[in-house]
Amino acid sequence: MGDVILSVKDLNLKFDLRGRVLHAIRGVSLDLYKGESLAIVGESGSGKSVFTKCFMGLNDLNGHIDSGEILYDGKDLAKITQEKDWLPIRGGEIAMVMQDPMTSLNPLKTIGAQIEEAILLHQKIDRHGAHAQMLSVLKDVGIDEPERRARQYPHEFSGGMRQRVVIAIAVACRPKILICDEPTTALDVTIQAQILSLIKELRDRLGLTCVYITHDLGVVANVADRIAVMYAGDIVEIGLCEEIFYDPRHPYTWALLSSLPQLGVRGQPLFSIKGTPPNLYTEIRGDAFAPRNPYALEIDFVERPPYFDVSPTHKARTWLLDPRAPKIDPPVNIRAIRAKGSANP
Amino acid sequence: MNEKLLQVKNISVDFGSGRKKVRAVNDVSFDIYRGETFGLVGESGSGKTTIGRAIIRIHPVSAGEIFFEDQRISGKITSQQDKELTRKIQMIFQDPMASLNERAKVDYIVSEGIWSDRSISPARRREMVAEALDEVGLLPEFASRFPHEFSGGQRQRIGIARALIMKPEFIIADEPISALDVSIRAQVLNLMSELQKKRGLTYLFISHDLSVMRFICDRIAVIHKGKLVELCETEKLFRHPLHPYTRALLSAVPQPDPDSEKNKVLTTYDPSMHDYSSDLPVWAELEDGHFVYGNQKELDSYREMLRY
Repeated sequence: MGDVILSVKDLNLKFDLRGRVLHAIRGVSLDLYKGESLAIVGESGSGKSVFTKCFMGLNDLNGHIDSGEILYDGKDLAKITQEKDWLPIRGGEIAMVMQDPMTSLNPLKTIGAQIEEAILLHQKIDRHGAHAQMLSVLKDVGIDEPERRARQYPHEFSGGMRQRVVIAIAVACRPKILICDEPTTALDVTIQAQILSLIKELRDRLGLTCVYITHDLGVVANVADRIAVMYAGDIVEIGLCEEIFYDPRHPYTWALLSSLPQLGVRGQPLFSIKGTPPNLYTEIRGDAFAPRNPYALEIDFVERPPYFDVSPTHKARTWLLDPRAPKIDPPVNIRAIRAKGSANP
Repeated sequence: MNEKLLQVKNISVDFGSGRKKVRAVNDVSFDIYRGETFGLVGESGSGKTTIGRAIIRIHPVSAGEIFFEDQRISGKITSQQDKELTRKIQMIFQDPMASLNERAKVDYIVSEGIWSDRSISPARRREMVAEALDEVGLLPEFASRFPHEFSGGQRQRIGIARALIMKPEFIIADEPISALDVSIRAQVLNLMSELQKKRGLTYLFISHDLSVMRFICDRIAVIHKGKLVELCETEKLFRHPLHPYTRALLSAVPQPDPDSEKNKVLTTYDPSMHDYSSDLPVWAELEDGHFVYGNQKELDSYREMLRY
């Protein structure tokens, strides 16, 4: 594994909502390596989006980092309070691709102007230079006839093409880290595959470090080197892509995998996770997933499990990995992925 | 299973007129049998939603006919028939955040369809709402709440309850789970198949996601640019996809398996590969219940593929 480009240490993020405090991120530590693709997977409300927004200072004003640090390039991003200190980082060093290409572009400006705006803001370059760079970026993301397309407005583009434009804006300033927040959820399956391979290609060509945020484990098998599974503001399991798919250890990862329709058997009900995610207004005791976990042990309700190492790259926060815990096998359909994987290496 | 509930015969749907005319659906035919789940898959802009809306009479068809229970339902029908159809055919929409009236209580949203029926007393109406909510796994108390108080999955359940209260026979589900989280998707899919068993419902399931369709549909029709290109039983389609567009769609389905995913070759579909200048394409049945669109030369090569 390469050098650490961004390091998060015991991050706690809290939101003040009308006098009540919502503890959105509960002590997350994470190292992001240079050049890798990390996927953060979780249900809605698990905190995967707000977590990455911390890297860019994009959270709403009622959110504040309670404790912890985010180390990037010798600076602690968690300490930044002035909006102007964020500006060189946001877009220049760390860029983001939002979920819905229909709403993330300005409908009143041409595509070209929107990309040039980003270039002019972050680089010491004149208009002509920015224009040339804009055209080359459009070509980079696979848009034909960039000269003509640059003069068009977002409504003249299809959903997949708009997402390409959003990606062009994000990579125009050659950021080091690209955060893709559900980049394909609003898109068709065929377009989704194209966009994912585009991001992958750009990562290799421009040497980006990618962070994908998604709720769909099926999508990330293709693109991620490592996967972090997030639940209730905490990373419950993290490991290499193969380790998460072929050898998942946390019951929540099992549940997420089992509920994929790809693994369902026709005529039988598809596995679904019972209950609802925990209320983050109240302090969570023990393992946050315990109330919904059919494999929960008594200790899960009392004490928060620490990380247990499965391999040097794979760790999970569940008491099931404690040597004293009873031996529990993952559900059948998950063992099936493993069998399939080992059959054709 | 062999009774034809819905027959779509050579329908076309046009939007606009004169030079601006766009043919969204072009000469499409299929049958849906009672009790089955029929899938309609295609990318955005392919006309799959338009077909669903033509069946429920939101869009008029410009050519062809639609039969429901052997009665023609396209074109002019009597108001008696219209009333009957509104009850028998219901729709579930894609985005539960946008398809529920934000300013109405669940009670009204669910009962809106039976409101016009004067023979139902207010007390009976409330009873029916409670029954419908119970059927989709929501508590009867929820009737007095507003949509914003619910999560995405619960809202989609309200959307389903709204369809169920009419005691329909046929439900058009237009991307019912595309806007939902993976874990909630499973719940809604399970609810839909459970209701199908209990009520003997027939579904037209419209989606762009073949992985979900494999799980829920009995037969699948693939649509591209307003034309059906392939229609087949689900498992057969996955095993022997014939039309190049079907193959491209199948190759795009993400698999939860890193090894096969990382070595995957993405097939793309280029419509210019077909040469229909002299040899005109037809909609042909190649084997029992397996229809493909193509010209004679292509059909021959498809037959060749089926032999293996």
